[in-house]
Amino acid sequence: MAGKILATYEYTPAKVEKGYAGKTLYINLSEMTIKEKPVTEKMKEIFVGGRGFGLWYLWNAVSSDTKWNDPENEIIIAGGPICGITQYPGSGKAAVVTLSPLTGCPMDNNVGGYFAPLLKFSGWDALEIQGKSDRDVIVFIDGNRGKVVIEDASDEPADTHLLAEKLTERYADSEEDKRNISVVSSGKGAENTLIGMLNVSFYDVKRRAVRVKQAGRGGSGTVFRDKKIKAVVVKYKGVTGDSNNPADKEKIINAALRLHKEIFELDKLQNRMREVGTANLVEVMNDYDLLPVMNFQYGSHPDADKITSKVFREKYFTQNVPDNCWYGCSLSCAKAVDNYEVKTGPYKGQKVCVDAAEYETIAAVAANCGIFDPEYVIEANFYCDTYGLDTISFGNIVGFAMECYERGIINKEITGGLELKFGNADAALELLHQMARGEGFGKIAGQGVKNLREYILEKTGADPKLLRDISMEIKGLEVSMYVSKESLAQQGGYAFANKGPQHDEAWLIFMDMVNKQIPTFEDKAEALHYFPIFRTWFSLQGLCKLPWNDIVPADNAMTDEPHKIPAHVQNYVDLFNGVTGKNITKEELLLQSERVFNFQRIFNLKMGKGTREYDMPPFRLLGPATKEEYESRAERYDKQLKELGYDIEGKAKEEKMTMLRQYRESQFEKLMDAVYKRRGWNKNGVPTLETAKKLGIDFPDVVELIAKYQV
Amino acid sequence: MKIVKSRPDLCTGCRACMIACSKVLYKVEDPDKSAIRIKERSGAESGYDIFVCNHCGKCISICSVEAIYKAKNGAVRIDAEKCVGCYMCVGFCPEQAMFVHKDINEPIKCIACGACVRACPTGAIYFEEQD
Ligand code: SF4
Ligand code: SF4
Ligand code: SF4
Repeated sequence: MAGKILATYEYTPAKVEKGYAGKTLYINLSEMTIKEKPVTEKMKEIFVGGRGFGLWYLWNAVSSDTKWNDPENEIIIAGGPICGITQYPGSGKAAVVTLSPLTGCPMDNNVGGYFAPLLKFSGWDALEIQGKSDRDVIVFIDGNRGKVVIEDASDEPADTHLLAEKLTERYADSEEDKRNISVVSSGKGAENTLIGMLNVSFYDVKRRAVRVKQAGRGGSGTVFRDKKIKAVVVKYKGVTGDSNNPADKEKIINAALRLHKEIFELDKLQNRMREVGTANLVEVMNDYDLLPVMNFQYGSHPDADKITSKVFREKYFTQNVPDNCWYGCSLSCAKAVDNYEVKTGPYKGQKVCVDAAEYETIAAVAANCGIFDPEYVIEANFYCDTYGLDTISFGNIVGFAMECYERGIINKEITGGLELKFGNADAALELLHQMARGEGFGKIAGQGVKNLREYILEKTGADPKLLRDISMEIKGLEVSMYVSKESLAQQGGYAFANKGPQHDEAWLIFMDMVNKQIPTFEDKAEALHYFPIFRTWFSLQGLCKLPWNDIVPADNAMTDEPHKIPAHVQNYVDLFNGVTGKNITKEELLLQSERVFNFQRIFNLKMGKGTREYDMPPFRLLGPATKEEYESRAERYDKQLKELGYDIEGKAKEEKMTMLRQYRESQFEKLMDAVYKRRGWNKNGVPTLETAKKLGIDFPDVVELIAKYQV
Repeated sequence: MKIVKSRPDLCTGCRACMIACSKVLYKVEDPDKSAIRIKERSGAESGYDIFVCNHCGKCISICSVEAIYKAKNGAVRIDAEKCVGCYMCVGFCPEQAMFVHKDINEPIKCIACGACVRACPTGAIYFEEQD
């Protein structure tokens, strides 16, 4: 029966002390049980919080044989000690960890919205959900009353724009109370594909609208719906600048005021995040030939000027509103389009507020599919969000399918009549609706690029080598939106990333290609050691990455290591110490991350992956995979070959392509060796026993596991 | 409405205004809790700078929770109930006329009461009508 209460748990909310509530809320949906678990000092010491806690709980929950849709799999949502402070920009993020349906390995996402801070202030450092319900449910956590209930949600809609709004209305006592509610939800697309994502809501007081941010990558939403969760809702009233109860508030305030002032003075001269969010990257990437166009074949397009931030700023993004995804983020990148009238599908004619559009989405759903229409971007963005689909994976799938279609590898028989030509926005949207309905070619395509490739191979007898070269996935996850062909560092950044090719682990393309800060081979290997580790830290703490380097102090260029933004690293040391009362150095900050980073790598190994072979990219990530690509930049490639000492006089294009390929593949392997070594891993990409020991993650089961891979 | 204006050349740095302000706002005599600040100039220049809100209202749109509003008398005020103590407005004030204290959640800002003006022995600050 809808609305029926299936389980109730009453508790006394723990008071947050120095960034920790000290407890985890554990829910088992198979058994309909709710209980609390202590957060131990050892957990804080080794795993810190956020993603670290998520990986640790998941490690203990699953075995090597666990599949994503087994009841043992969990979804863990956790902020981290810094999460929830209101003063420093970017301090409200949640880490979401689960076994991914796309990769079979742990997936982590870092997502905005108010969920993690409100969860902590309700008394919980983490939410750990295991088991599978036999009917749709909503989990509601009331942090003021100290009550958790699981309710039957059979009659509720699944799609986020309906559900998040409905639940915000339902659980808020008044208009003013709405900002005290955050809803985690997904949508129909997540039920019928493997690329489902999670939306995390917050109430935008100025717009009087429920907004959502996405835990996009790797199918977390698919796991969520597989567990039959329609929504998890938290309610907590009473957030102030002291809710996180920091040990030394002054340290935090000083860092915060420095950054607010910097943003106030410099954002308009630097990235204009407050005006256009990340969309400004469209024009930058296009100018540098790094914007994925038509399934990553090319890096720019003459029509790209139709989808730049200029267009979105002038015609679509509402201006002069503080678009932050948690209190205090003056960088405010979370732009939105208000009053958008939906043009297609089941919600045609509705007026909606779309959380659109970030760079990754514009690049993926538009440029990568050869479509250059801003309204299509908003439409696709809206539907991906409400259906609970990852825009990056969606854009990759469509781009890949379109390329296969144009090359004659697949035809209308396979696509169910869809004319999947580059540029066909109608076909892309129809595919999106099919994914949500779980019908037709959409159902097949919704399984992700890797599975789609296998399907095409089975159905068509296409050349497997060509298909691998042009299917932009590594470890089963689709590649995020940067053309890495000319950036060895970014190739490594993508290919070695623990969860799969997402730029949040090592976004080096700008450093490498635009600012030219890591010119030598050694610089690149060092960068591939330092940055993935440094960037992991944000997800342990509940922090956003953007305020680290999307704004930089005026004198940053004069520092020893401008690409590390030393002044901001110092801010982070101050924040951690200010919150926890500890006294770490920036070296210890890195050590916190290095532990979790290596633990995640070893977790991949536990799941039967995590070795060198799983770090191999499709050739298109490294260079021109087809004649058309080579031809389109022939001058560049010819020149490179000559400079490398190849004799290309009178050589056919195919021969030149082979030379370039051999060279680039050998460079990539060389980089792999150097990076593995720098990270303290063996040649097979497995952390050595010494590394595990040095980091203090040499638990018996870890040692037993990695010992098998040491030669 | 009347706003506080200043003639820094007349300021002797006695900080009577700061004491008066903190008394009105927080019922203590603590210059660190004042919404007007007297700062000694550094370097070659001697004398004092006076920082105080001119009620321009630019901070109103900065606040994401609508905690800053224009009161009936025209003063720009903060609703402490709504404020989450994020200090975005503090960093963004072009006059640098908002202040923070670790024991106070909301920013400390002028409410245009005139207590500082009355306390000033030299006329370095005064009330002036503006629209
Ligand atoms: S920079 Fe953007 S994503 Fe990061 S916290 Fe601020 S508003 Fe959210
Ligand atoms: S605090 Fe600053 S921005 Fe706000 S009204 Fe006063 S002077 Fe203007
Ligand atoms: S400190 Fe308070 S008044 Fe100022 S922007 Fe933040 S919430 Fe608004």
